[in-house]
Amino acid sequence: MLAVALCLPALVPLLVIAQASLAPQTEIWAHLSSHVLPGVALNTLKLVVGVAVVAGALGTALAWLTALCDFPGRRFFDWALLLPLAVPTYVLAFVAVGFLDYTGPLQSALRAWTGSSAWVPPIRSTGGVVLVLSLALYPYVYLLARTAFMTQGRRAMEAASTLGLGRAAAAWRVALPMARPWIAAGIALACMETLADFGAVAVFNYDTFTTAIYRAWFGMFSIDAALQLAGVLLVLVVAAFALERAARGASARFSSGRDLAHRPPPIRLGPRMRWGVFALVSLVFAVAFALPVLQLCLWAFKHRGDIDLRYWGYVGRSLLLAGSAALVIVVASVVLAYLVRRRSGRIMNVLVRLATIGYAVPGTVLAVGIVVPLVMLNNGMQHLLRSWLGDAAPALFLQGTLLAALIAYMARFLAVGFHPLDSGLQRIARQVDEAAAGLGVVGTSLVRRVHAPLLRTSLATAVTLVFVDVMKEMPITLITRPPGWDTLAVRVWEMTSEGEWERAALPAVAIVLAGLVPVALLMRRGNDVA
Amino acid sequence: MYRSLSLRLPVLGVVAGVLFGVAGCAPQPADELVVYSSRIEALIKPLFDEYTAQTGQKIRFVTDDAGPLIERLAAEGANTQADILLTVDAGELWHAAQRGLFQPVQSETLQANIPASLRDPQDRWFGLSVRARTIVYSTERVQPEEMDGYVGLADPKWQGRLCLRTSKKVYNQSLVAMLIAELGEERTEEVVRGWVANLATDPFSNDTSLMQAIAAGQCDVGLVNTYYYGRLLRDQPDVPVKLFWADQDGGGVHVNVSGGGVTAHSPRAAQAREFLEWLSSPQAQGMFAGLNLEYPANPAVTPDAAVQVWGEFRQSEMNVAQAGELQAAAVRLMDRAGYR
Repeated sequence: MLAVALCLPALVPLLVIAQASLAPQTEIWAHLSSHVLPGVALNTLKLVVGVAVVAGALGTALAWLTALCDFPGRRFFDWALLLPLAVPTYVLAFVAVGFLDYTGPLQSALRAWTGSSAWVPPIRSTGGVVLVLSLALYPYVYLLARTAFMTQGRRAMEAASTLGLGRAAAAWRVALPMARPWIAAGIALACMETLADFGAVAVFNYDTFTTAIYRAWFGMFSIDAALQLAGVLLVLVVAAFALERAARGASARFSSGRDLAHRPPPIRLGPRMRWGVFALVSLVFAVAFALPVLQLCLWAFKHRGDIDLRYWGYVGRSLLLAGSAALVIVVASVVLAYLVRRRSGRIMNVLVRLATIGYAVPGTVLAVGIVVPLVMLNNGMQHLLRSWLGDAAPALFLQGTLLAALIAYMARFLAVGFHPLDSGLQRIARQVDEAAAGLGVVGTSLVRRVHAPLLRTSLATAVTLVFVDVMKEMPITLITRPPGWDTLAVRVWEMTSEGEWERAALPAVAIVLAGLVPVALLMRRGNDVA
Repeated sequence: MYRSLSLRLPVLGVVAGVLFGVAGCAPQPADELVVYSSRIEALIKPLFDEYTAQTGQKIRFVTDDAGPLIERLAAEGANTQADILLTVDAGELWHAAQRGLFQPVQSETLQANIPASLRDPQDRWFGLSVRARTIVYSTERVQPEEMDGYVGLADPKWQGRLCLRTSKKVYNQSLVAMLIAELGEERTEEVVRGWVANLATDPFSNDTSLMQAIAAGQCDVGLVNTYYYGRLLRDQPDVPVKLFWADQDGGGVHVNVSGGGVTAHSPRAAQAREFLEWLSSPQAQGMFAGLNLEYPANPAVTPDAAVQVWGEFRQSEMNVAQAGELQAAAVRLMDRAGYR
């Protein structure tokens, strides 16, 4: 029951999507299936596979290097490689296209020097979108894989080397498979974010399911067709998850508990390797974070006249929303992860799968899918109140409240909180619980004394991801906020919706700064513990 | 082991309750107008402030994209607090009227101030500023005599020289809708196919990039809303790009409107109507259009000085409601023609 209650917000929009399939839009579907669907399905597939491969490889490799290898600047990059998380994807896309397109500084300079820039591969292409989205989304994989590598303990690796495996072979055959649930969860999050993305693909004018959904809704004024497209998208996502699960099999990857909280000693690299790794890691950091943020700062400086006292309000509200959402969602995720651990059965698994799938739904669709039912609930309560109290009944306005915002964030971001904690709990073998029980440690004290230290990194990961995601979120915040209750993300929308990209830099920089401080603090703390 | 978790749940409840209490039940003062606006704060709040200063009428507003605002308004039904819905596109106004979200407003002032082509034939909504979409060209590579209008851009002489913004943007959808009304679907599809065949590069995501591409020599002609050109000029006064008024010998320049209407269940319909009337008045019109370098909907009002220098032009007299009516057909047509 508790599980159903926790999943309820996330299930409501799915029901809205499902019921839309009862209103057939024959004419529109005939058009969509012959002129739109084949193209967007192929494009979406290319994009998701591309991001899964590139962001997956990048995130895993970077996590491996910073968690386990010794190279110059490791302590810095350990948390710095997370920073791109705070840069909204559409911002990175806009900066990348602005810099690398025909009219951008790079090609302009090339034309000035050499007369031609025709050989530069076009940034507005499938490769370009995949690259930009991967640079924006690899931190999901990085953060989860890093958690896996940091907590896998030294024993497995030691055992591998006593069995005669070299360090590289041990990495490939032991550490990587052990980290697989984390890497898979990170890639799943990155893929779902890719499917739901509108801002970045719109900058590239790259057609995906999401753009087709918005086109049916805003262009053809058919929200039913839009919801039906979203339904098709979700069915495909469910199928993809099922395939992935089948491929992964039922193998559980446990660790022996005791040394989980301790980081294994770093692998020593040769001098050439050390600097090679440094160069690679610096490049990723520069391209995914330093350069875009520098560009944003230049634009923000140009429009510094926009800064006024109201900015404190925007920052404060963003932090309040992100903080309370992180609290609510992570607590819910912990409870859900424990429920799954205690009685993982078929129904439970399906329930959790469904509840965490809202993350793949385009933001505006999900926002409307949760707000419209909330409005109906509000109207129902209003009706009841009126029948009891008559004209003395106060006007209810549930939809324009922070409670509505929190419920909607829960629908959208439960996946982000749940995946890290679920992976973390999976790592703790049931034998650990049994051993603890043998020592009389059960119930609350099991959670507090045994699980909590082991789950610390997973918890920090979940909090960070939800916090930063909510900071960046636009459609839900826009539709649920009370009048005048603007946040930084709302400011970004205010600028970009009329095409004032450069003026949007100021609130975007503020999101990066306000989102980064907590991230940095968390990571520093995490390092001290390790 | 659930005890520690169950300890946290009440805490959670308290936090949620506080948040709810802070923002949720804040009573709505009965005399404040409530506006749902997809026209952004920077382009509308100065007018609210001015109206409040002049009349004492307070105004609260929420901004969002028109799509979600319309769904919200529809769901709220008779319980809505909203008195006015403002959008930046006639298609959305038409759509909201179709859904029964507006009430007719009988007002001689609005009739007199807003030309018939810029308001709903049933007076459920009124255009308040005009957004003109016309041709831009490179002053270095194109002579004005070479151009005539939207259809002319499909001529093979522009092959590899045309830049367009994405067909996802509503301004292109309503332009094509207007062409359908003027030329019929078949002819319009030929024209759009001609445009696509002439493209120098994939469609851009915004008008500003398109004009920069013309300036940099990637293409020679394109289609933009004039206020984007105004913004570009403010940044780069000597950009080698100019406006050309399309279809001056034919149907006139395509225009869309930013406008609004009184919601069907407005709790303060009389005050809402007065506010709309004020927005259409000469003193408000200059500000409404000027904030974004648009054209006033009230023909008695002259546009901003920066806009006046682009010269006068004849605008299409087709009712902008047509753009909404034919928009879905336009989107399908562009899909068929391969205009992304």
